[in-house]
Amino acid sequence: MSTEAHAAEGATGYIIHHLTSLSVGEGFWTLNLDTLFFSAVLGVLFIWFFKTAADKATAGVPGLVQSFAEMLIEFVDNQVKDSFHGHSKVIAPLALTIFCWVFLWNFMDLFPVDILPLIGSLMGIEYLRVVPSTDLNATFAMSISVFCLIIFYSIKIKGGWGFAKELTLQPFGPWLLPFNLLLKLVEEFAKPISLALRLFGNLYAGELIFILIALLPWYIQPVLSFPWAIFHILIITLQAFIFMVLTVVYLSMAHEDH
Amino acid sequence: MSINATLIGQMITFALLVWFTMKYIWPPLFDSLEERRKKIGEGLAAAEKGQEAMQLAEKKAKNVLKEAKEQSSEIVSLAQKRANEIVEESKDTAKKESDRLVHAAKAQIEQEIQQAKESLRQEVAVLALRAAEQILGAEIDHAKHQDIISKISNQLG
Repeated sequence: MSTEAHAAEGATGYIIHHLTSLSVGEGFWTLNLDTLFFSAVLGVLFIWFFKTAADKATAGVPGLVQSFAEMLIEFVDNQVKDSFHGHSKVIAPLALTIFCWVFLWNFMDLFPVDILPLIGSLMGIEYLRVVPSTDLNATFAMSISVFCLIIFYSIKIKGGWGFAKELTLQPFGPWLLPFNLLLKLVEEFAKPISLALRLFGNLYAGELIFILIALLPWYIQPVLSFPWAIFHILIITLQAFIFMVLTVVYLSMAHEDH
Repeated sequence: MSINATLIGQMITFALLVWFTMKYIWPPLFDSLEERRKKIGEGLAAAEKGQEAMQLAEKKAKNVLKEAKEQSSEIVSLAQKRANEIVEESKDTAKKESDRLVHAAKAQIEQEIQQAKESLRQEVAVLALRAAEQILGAEIDHAKHQDIISKISNQLG
């Protein structure tokens, strides 16, 4: 998809084209095929890599694949141990999945903005958004899943009554019950919304800047896109890390009984 | 841009991924890590034990060596003592032997002197008798004067 082809539509058209999903269906029942496809492929990539490592896992001298997988496992495990003091078989694998999957989503941002849509257009696909984390559906799907787990563990650990008490009697005591409830609900709902929007906002903005750089004359592009890409390596890792750590922190808060 | 059914699809994918990680990925990798940690710990402990054993053995060897040295020096001093004793003993025997020899020689000499004296005495007695015969000019009856001759020879002895 060359710049000339978009000259007719102008810069706005180019940007909008890049940010439009390949979708089927109407209204709510629309499916963003590109988001689903790329996140599934990346998920399979993640699973494949770790499964390879797990199949060959040995307590002896580890191979290259196993060393890398173990490095990530230890990194995630340390993060979980730092903020979560309890026993859970779910939290550490969940954190690993989140970190790796989000990182791979974000990593799609480092592909040149035009290359995958160009390949898509050659195959007859008109629109293609390759970075799943620039799709609110992807980020919200993850944060809502985490939110469900938070609610699940809150009720499981504290009991339905205990969780209700926590929602209504803190922080101002029983006389300000409605106010407490309002405050707590805002606090709880802020968690998934902030998780999803933080990731989405960072990656969406990053992608937009890449698109804007791609609109500049070709001789300026490398000067801007190179440093931005390097900076972006930091951002994509950081965002994946933040999503993982906050998930662990929220879940450990859900496990704490007051 | 808007929220749509993609959300549900993504949630399903996410749930599948988490389930798979939980079931097939985390446990074997984490177990192998733990096992290796244990192995390394055991190895370090064994190394420490081995070192301790070595130090102990070294100490033991030193003790044995020291004992052996002491024993050998004891043996050497004993041998020296014994040698000295033998030397003393042999000196003693030699001295005794020489004393004995000297005594024997002296005794013999004495005896010979006695014998010489005896024979001299007898000869002198005979000579004296002859001289007396000459002087007296008469023959002395040997049987008569036996007493006198033996008396004289006794006085001469």
